[in-house]
Amino acid sequence: MIEALQFEFIQHALIAGILVSFAAGIIGSLIVVNRMVFLAGGIAHASYGGIGLAVFFGLPIFLGASLFAVGAALLIASLTLRKRHRIDTFIGLIWAVGMAIGVIFIDLTPGYNVDMMSYLFGSILAVSTEDLYFMGVLLAVILFVMTFWYRDILAVSYDSEYAALRGVHVRFFYTLILILAALTVVVSIKVVGLILVIAMLTIPVYIAEKLSHSLFSMMFLSGLIATLFTLVGLWFSYTYNLTSGASIILISAASLGLFLLLYKGK
Amino acid sequence: MSVIDIENLSFSYDRDAILENINLHVEDLDFLAIIGPNGGGKSTLLKLILGMNKCKKGTIKVFRKAPEKNLSLIGYVPQNTNVNTDFPIKVIEVVLMGHVGAKNPLFGYGKDEIACAMGALAQVGMQEFAQSKIGSLSGGQRQRVMIARALCAHPKILILDEPTSSIDIKGQKEIYELLKLLNQSITIIVVSHDISVILEYANKAAHINKRLSYHDISDKKKTFHTHNEGEHFCEVELLQMLGSEGCNTCDHEGHKEDTKWREAK
Repeated sequence: MIEALQFEFIQHALIAGILVSFAAGIIGSLIVVNRMVFLAGGIAHASYGGIGLAVFFGLPIFLGASLFAVGAALLIASLTLRKRHRIDTFIGLIWAVGMAIGVIFIDLTPGYNVDMMSYLFGSILAVSTEDLYFMGVLLAVILFVMTFWYRDILAVSYDSEYAALRGVHVRFFYTLILILAALTVVVSIKVVGLILVIAMLTIPVYIAEKLSHSLFSMMFLSGLIATLFTLVGLWFSYTYNLTSGASIILISAASLGLFLLLYKGK
Repeated sequence: MSVIDIENLSFSYDRDAILENINLHVEDLDFLAIIGPNGGGKSTLLKLILGMNKCKKGTIKVFRKAPEKNLSLIGYVPQNTNVNTDFPIKVIEVVLMGHVGAKNPLFGYGKDEIACAMGALAQVGMQEFAQSKIGSLSGGQRQRVMIARALCAHPKILILDEPTSSIDIKGQKEIYELLKLLNQSITIIVVSHDISVILEYANKAAHINKRLSYHDISDKKKTFHTHNEGEHFCEVELLQMLGSEGCNTCDHEGHKEDTKWREAK
């Protein structure tokens, strides 16, 4: 394992794993406490449409996927604020239509032969330096938003009706959380793929929630736990020559099972 | 001095009227009980007073201004305090939310804000729970925390929506005793189903079922003369009396119809 660290792609994989784990830990906490898990799943799958478009027009994949995911997030935000009771229908719709757009545009791309499976299940061993910059900038933005607006985001997440009464712009923060979630989903695609991203956003958070007394500690702990799972998952996938994204998720799920057994025993 | 003035207010979400021609004047240091059937418009009226719904016909003034201009003078305790109990948040953080929207320091909470929040917790007798997770409290304790959150901003009026709907009887009594204490310096408005309990503490009652009928019940012996002190009132009887139409502004003399009804019995 140690000799593997001299390879650049392994170094990139480790850095990407840590950056994305912390972004996923923080944003995953917000998604879980705001009950937006299904919503994040919709955005993740819809972003496949952006990947298809980017491939067709020859744009960078991250750019296409980000724009498309943010677009889906804005659409969902405006729909949620207007027709709350029908939101699950709209999410399902955006989920499927986004994927369909992606599939069709990849069909239309002449002579295209790159393995699309890597977007569905992750390709952490193929992280480029530009990818790392993108991940680093996103984590910095998330950290900035969370330190600057922690109180408002806490108030909106805990009791949005009361927050509105005290003059917090609920709509703005709700949309902001969704946009950050969309971008986090996009960077997580590199690590675990868009199908598995939901597990990365929820499993560490679920464990952290049980152990935390505040939203801040939940976010921090989620980041640490996600990092641990990612690194162990990577080691597992390297040692047994298995798909990295799926390894990370299964390591997370097994740990969650173990945690619940021990926690219940307390 | 009146703190809330509602005149000729009508409201509807769609076509059907929820509230019709409401007139209500809440005096300083009143303890007003708002009662009435489900769907009768109680919560809608609260939302109008809190500026969450805009009134289309008629006027609402809170301290002689539009409600949204004077929000900081109203403390609000919402109905469901039992939702979101898994949320990882400490009691003190919930109370500090009362300040949100005011000028914050850039990071974290100011010392004066924390002192103020601790003061509010002390007022409701919950200061030793400041660092507990909100989910670990009982329903009654959580309700006290929500009251502390509302008190945090030093309101002149405290509005509570069904404050005791999910609390055991002992807890209910404690909440009302607390409200009675707070009533010495704050006007209190409570929407409630437990009319027999609330009317022991309130000095004014408003029954809302699309229309509003208002009653001064500060002199309970005179109003409810068939009962001994400390005894719970018969709810059916009360509802019939308080809900009777055509006495929007009635005082004791105006109760003749009810008295007749009572005598006939």
